[in-house]
Amino acid sequence: MEADFILQELMPALNRGLLKTLLLILPSASIGLCVGVLVGTARVYGHPLLKKLGDGYAGLFRGTPLVIQLFVLYFGLPNLGIYLEPYNAAVLGFILCTGAYQSEYVRGALLSIRRGQLLATQALGFSTLQAMIWIMVPQALRRALPGCGNEIIYLIKYSSLAYIITFIELTGEGKILATRYFRFTEVFLAIGFYYLVMVTLADFGLKKLEKRLYIPGFGKG
Amino acid sequence: MTSVETRPVLRVERICKKLGGKQILNEVSFELRKGELKVLIGPSGGGKSTLLQCINFLIPPDSGRIWLKDQEIHIHRKRDLYAYRQKVGMIFQDFNLFDHLNALENVAIALRKVKKMAKREALERALQELNRVGIGDKAALYPAQLSGGQKQRVSIARALAMDPEVMLLDEPTSALDPELIGEVLTVIRNLAQDGMTMILATHQIGFIRGLADEILFMQEGQIIEQGIPLDLLTAGKSSRTQSFCSKLHELSGEQEL
Ligand SMILES: Nc1ncnc2c1ncn2[C@@H]1O[C@H](COP(=O)(O)OP(=O)(O)O)[C@@H](O)[C@H]1O
Ligand SMILES: [Mg+2]
Repeated sequence: MEADFILQELMPALNRGLLKTLLLILPSASIGLCVGVLVGTARVYGHPLLKKLGDGYAGLFRGTPLVIQLFVLYFGLPNLGIYLEPYNAAVLGFILCTGAYQSEYVRGALLSIRRGQLLATQALGFSTLQAMIWIMVPQALRRALPGCGNEIIYLIKYSSLAYIITFIELTGEGKILATRYFRFTEVFLAIGFYYLVMVTLADFGLKKLEKRLYIPGFGKG
Repeated sequence: MTSVETRPVLRVERICKKLGGKQILNEVSFELRKGELKVLIGPSGGGKSTLLQCINFLIPPDSGRIWLKDQEIHIHRKRDLYAYRQKVGMIFQDFNLFDHLNALENVAIALRKVKKMAKREALERALQELNRVGIGDKAALYPAQLSGGQKQRVSIARALAMDPEVMLLDEPTSALDPELIGEVLTVIRNLAQDGMTMILATHQIGFIRGLADEILFMQEGQIIEQGIPLDLLTAGKSSRTQSFCSKLHELSGEQEL
């Protein structure tokens, strides 16, 4: 009976949910990081107008709860005639939110790079864009990696908010099951375990990446 | 002091620069002919670094004109400006190597990304330049693993790889421990003897004595004295340069001038 529930009800539902969760996390994390790099760089080295825009964006999305952002995207935008599928609304919300935080880490890392290196690129004839791509951002990413990795870990967990706007991912599947069978403890413990595994794997991958990208003079040896 | 053509390689005319409400450069003009080494000396805060950075527009001058050979440089023509900067090598007091690249890549990166050279060719050229400054064996080391003298030599190799027409050196040995100064000065001496056109800000009076074609003494944003080392540095001649240098020597405790 117990094994039946776990094998035939719980696991299939949670695995289905897990797949949906991964479909949320993978694009959100990767595109969100790109947004963070672009916005973070614009906030430090961009045109003054771009800087203001970037600061405004980051302020807005770091200053409001993610649930509210998702509500606005899913329930609010239709008022403007824009209808988003739950999945699209969730991914867009996650990208915007995580991008704002990532931009903060990238910005801090860029500011910690000595200005002399930028002077050196200019003196060699680099354009600003070339200097960003080849010199400043690669260094900033290395310095920002621990923070950016941490944000990805957060994202894995707050991806559970997608079920609130009716995209049934891991937490959503579990909640439905728990309510139907009235087995809250087992189900939520199992969900927690799934997230723990994801976070542990992500952590492992990030540590590996940190090692791979290690360069003398950057962070710990 | 090698063959000197008549046409100037670099011409700087009446450069002015105000910073923080203060006139840092006040109508500074000079010319560099091919193969010439001119030395900028003068008290700290006199505007040497500002002048050198105005020459390649790292600091945009308020007014004044700059020519490389026959071409006048305009800061707003970005393409021309980037091309001009490739031909003007700059050496900084604190090296400014790229921390995430090893010595070889530090030299090769501008060849690849700015000059669009193929990777292999760029790395070959980079190694050649590292050998020229005597640190080919350090090619794989990162800036954090190099001594100050080695870092400065990498930065010189990085500038040389661009085939500059002129080099601007801003106190290249001031950030170095005394025992490391010699190796960098040797490289600069070799460059001068190979006929590189250079302007060098330095306090190493003994070094420039036999090497400089002209000394420009700079104070409060103006070149207030200029001439050949023999005229300006000989003890007994009452030049501002001479009295400044004597003070330097009293301070550093060096014996002969
Ligand atoms: N960004 C700035 N704002 C205001 N004053 C500056 C700035 N940069 C340099 N200065 C001033 O310009 C003067 C000349 O500096 P600098 O060119 O570095 O002289 P030097 O290289 O001969 O020591 C100094 O008095 C310095 O304080
Ligand atoms: Mg200076």
